[in-house]
Amino acid sequence: MTSPLNPLTRFITDKANCWQLSEYLSHGGYDGLTRAMEMSADELLDSIKQSNLRGRGGAGFPTGLKWSFVPRGADAPREKYLIVNADEMEPGAFKDRWLLEQTPHQIIEGLLIGGLTLGATQGYIFLRGDYYLAEERLQQAIEECKQHQLLGRDILGRGIQGQAFNFEIHLHSSAGRYICGEETALINAMEGKRATPRAKPPFPQVVGLWGKPTIVNNVETFCNLPHIINFGSDWFKALGKGQDAGTKIFGVSGRVKRPGLWELPMGTSIREIIEHHAGGMCDGYRLKGFLPGGGSTDFLLEEHLDALMDYDEISKLGSRMGTGTIIILDDKYCPVSMVLNLVRFFAQESCGWCTPCRDGLPWAVSLLEKIERGEGEPKDIDQLEDLCDFAAPGNTFCALAPGAVEPLQSALKYFRQDFETHIKHQCCPYHDERVAKKAATAKTQGALNTNRVGGCDE
Amino acid sequence: MTQSYEQLLRILPSNGDDSSQLSPCEIKQLDKLLASAPYPAAVSIDALKLIQQQRGWVSDACLSILSAYIHVSIADLDSVATFYNLIFRQAVGEIVLHPCDGISCDLMGGVEVRAAISQKLHIEPGETTPDKRFTLIPLPCLGACDKAPVMIASKQVYPHLTVRNIAQLIDELEENKK
Repeated sequence: MTSPLNPLTRFITDKANCWQLSEYLSHGGYDGLTRAMEMSADELLDSIKQSNLRGRGGAGFPTGLKWSFVPRGADAPREKYLIVNADEMEPGAFKDRWLLEQTPHQIIEGLLIGGLTLGATQGYIFLRGDYYLAEERLQQAIEECKQHQLLGRDILGRGIQGQAFNFEIHLHSSAGRYICGEETALINAMEGKRATPRAKPPFPQVVGLWGKPTIVNNVETFCNLPHIINFGSDWFKALGKGQDAGTKIFGVSGRVKRPGLWELPMGTSIREIIEHHAGGMCDGYRLKGFLPGGGSTDFLLEEHLDALMDYDEISKLGSRMGTGTIIILDDKYCPVSMVLNLVRFFAQESCGWCTPCRDGLPWAVSLLEKIERGEGEPKDIDQLEDLCDFAAPGNTFCALAPGAVEPLQSALKYFRQDFETHIKHQCCPYHDERVAKKAATAKTQGALNTNRVGGCDE
Repeated sequence: MTQSYEQLLRILPSNGDDSSQLSPCEIKQLDKLLASAPYPAAVSIDALKLIQQQRGWVSDACLSILSAYIHVSIADLDSVATFYNLIFRQAVGEIVLHPCDGISCDLMGGVEVRAAISQKLHIEPGETTPDKRFTLIPLPCLGACDKAPVMIASKQVYPHLTVRNIAQLIDELEENKK
């Protein structure tokens, strides 16, 4: 097999059964595993380190470095756990669903390689509860693997250094909560508790699930491992166009002609993604701004279109590449309303543990609602800015609140005029032409967003 | 203190309501969960989901019975049950409609679609129709943003909703149920 340019998605074909074992094998699936079984654990970890793979869940932490914190060797705890974070719930992110539904075997292969690297024998997939098709396919893929000696005892019947390689995978379907995506909250959920994040240190790499060393990585991160092992870290590094290595699943949603997902080299320009792959804006709509990496990233503007989708490049512009799924704000949608939707989501999904998040976010929601209703006062903008500061990194227990205020703080910077117009004219200028409709739906709109049937304890 | 399951069975009124006892099928599945967990509390979420799968929602009676069976206090179990979005502590209809209220759907007309559902069924979010057929519970970003606006109902994702096609879709769901 020649080295592919789209390692993660080359398995995804038009065939209805492209997610099954036979299809995966016919495209070179599990070649990474066979190669990994010929390598030592140190060699595997070195390859992952040298590939410069960074976590694809949003934070971009170097995977090899994260894994090197796990105690290894003879003195290390015998039990260690690997967890695939498949709790995709970031607003505007839909990349993991694609990989989960279309390439479940790629995830299993990534887990197996993780097991060989760290000496773990148990892997978990923490799946979002609403991903029913993914659950069905993962379950079937696990069964296929068991039948073909790819999971269970003595995998492939060829030991490593004279010892059988055993590995089991358990699928946990979540009961739904955004905070479960935070790795220590996820571990608490796996232990059957409320998903509140844990204090760090100790880090889960040392004290994680059931108190044992645990690695939690995103679906896409695990999917990269077989290819790094199979084709080498130099090949992987060369895939990226900019500083970062490999490819990335990028996505676009909003008023573009062809919303969707594409596997492209890391460092592809935002303009290429939006204008070429997503087909540009729909007729009659103009680009006003965009969130480059999901709902918890800062807005960027048209002037930033030529920036490269690369962790450091986007950071320099004051935002984050996050999940790599771009959300487009068009010129006909109210920016205050967009921010309100996002902050309301984060307020609702806050676990309630620390004050800036539990009390600060609902406060920001009420101020934004007031402005959107046409009852805003100039001091509300100052208060919103204060709330952004209160929720800044370092003031909160986890990254939820700092992420929640990213779209808010950047909207206050870039779309300040919109906030001021709302306050000055005491109405939403975007909805004004639809005043009649607004009056008719105002009641439902308000209620629509208090969406709980006692499933939540705010 | 956790009461034993047998003790609790004696205390609870047996009014022929099957919710006051675990079915043999539920017990079998719970035992399987318990056997695979390092300690009983670890199965809390899976056990609650299992009960809900059988009964549609988790009533107070279910919670007591489950608490006694898996030896987790009612308070602990309820704190877990109320934390998660997909565990219902109130009765829901036969079909739970989960329209997405994430930003990508709202940018594409999600607000109007949800308003249309409310208008068609005469229920607000969190409410159930009088005939107990539908409950409306919007959920945040369902991860199908390229097909926005979307809704999940009966484990199925319905893409590209409009004010017009949502009414027809609800009619079809109602027909299928009959």
